[in-house]
Amino acid sequence: MERIENAQQALQHKEYKEALVELLYQLADDDFIISFRGSEWLGLAPHIEEDVAFSSISQNTMGHAFIYYQLLHDLGEGNVDDLAHGRPPQVRKNAILLEEENGTGTYLSEPRFDWAFTVVRHYFYEIFKKMKLESLKNSSYVPLQHAARNILKEQHYHLMHWNTWFHQLIKAGGEAKTRMMKAVEQVWDDFLGVLTLGPMGEKMARFGLIDKEETLRERFLITMREIFEALELNPLDEPKMKKGNGRAGEHTQALINAISTFAEVYSLNPSAEW
Amino acid sequence: MKEEKNEMLLGAIWDALKMVTDPEIPVLSVVDLGMIHRIHEQDGEVLIEALPTFMGCPALDIIQRKIEEAVTGIPGVNTLTVRFIYDPPWTSNRVTEEGREKLKKFGIAPAPKFIEEDGTWTVDCPYCGSPFTTIENIFGPTACRSLLYCKSCRNPFEAMKPVSDIGYGNDFSNRKG
Repeated sequence: MERIENAQQALQHKEYKEALVELLYQLADDDFIISFRGSEWLGLAPHIEEDVAFSSISQNTMGHAFIYYQLLHDLGEGNVDDLAHGRPPQVRKNAILLEEENGTGTYLSEPRFDWAFTVVRHYFYEIFKKMKLESLKNSSYVPLQHAARNILKEQHYHLMHWNTWFHQLIKAGGEAKTRMMKAVEQVWDDFLGVLTLGPMGEKMARFGLIDKEETLRERFLITMREIFEALELNPLDEPKMKKGNGRAGEHTQALINAISTFAEVYSLNPSAEW
Repeated sequence: MKEEKNEMLLGAIWDALKMVTDPEIPVLSVVDLGMIHRIHEQDGEVLIEALPTFMGCPALDIIQRKIEEAVTGIPGVNTLTVRFIYDPPWTSNRVTEEGREKLKKFGIAPAPKFIEEDGTWTVDCPYCGSPFTTIENIFGPTACRSLLYCKSCRNPFEAMKPVSDIGYGNDFSNRKG
């Protein structure tokens, strides 16, 4: 596939543009919703240094979503704030796993958030995110290559952070390990939703936007196998997609609630300048 | 003659940019930070291409506005566009030598220029110069800073977080141990 240098060129190929826009929505919506869930931990993380670290990671990740929304803006999809805050659940393309609540309760009342679930969800997500970014460095869409290179600079530290938590809590044994293994099961039940590129995945690969879904998934599963072996854990079975396919616009009440929370101020006056 | 005029105008713009500081590290200008990629001028139409440091940095909008304010009034500048671009990527090695010295005086260690194979790094204490420092938290009060502690002079301090786009050695996801 030839290189597409900018938005104007992309707009001349209808099919190419469609696949590109679809991919960008997945990338943007994934980073956006998981950084929102991360930001809900502010003030509630296990200790103060973690509070600083996690909020910094969430802020960076929100910045990654911003770049993708900006690329969508350049392709005529609307302005960045509207794309992030103004879209209804059925057009959002994030994986369902990433929209799930951190636990029971809400930020303001009785937050009984699940740290094990958070560590596992973020760790697995960051491992796969890195693989996707490495693939995007060779994307046929040049602005996406540049975005990926910039995001990788920061994402390295995010992956390192969750890698430390995951290994320490598993190796701690006892209740920590029990909770972590329960979280692994929960995350794995829907992780296929993160791995999939959705109904247009084949086209994305054909246009050289990103590697094939199967290639990326295989790469990921090999890495997971190595991590689990090194920790002497039982091997994982096939990841599943029990709650539905977010790439196809399927979502849960968790996303509806999340949107009404994070878009509350935006909705007061969508035309306000920030 | 025309070229000379152009040189003078570019010089004036660079001088103005040296006065535009980062609101989160007020001792550093956007020039010290290595954020200015290119200034293009033709017949009074000026285009400044700047590199964002961290993607989610909330200071970027402010920096853009401050650049516009600083450059707009310069005689010879008829129109001005300030644009953030993503190629080449900004890295911590773009901070100038002068910028590194200013950082130290401010109590922030400049980012290390080299990162070990395994992705770890160390910096010397900006107060006493001791290499016996520990990283307390990679993530600090802003996206670009980390928290450290000096075991020699027993001062907590901050360092600019090293970021690179040529990889960081081993892949952490595969780290055994």
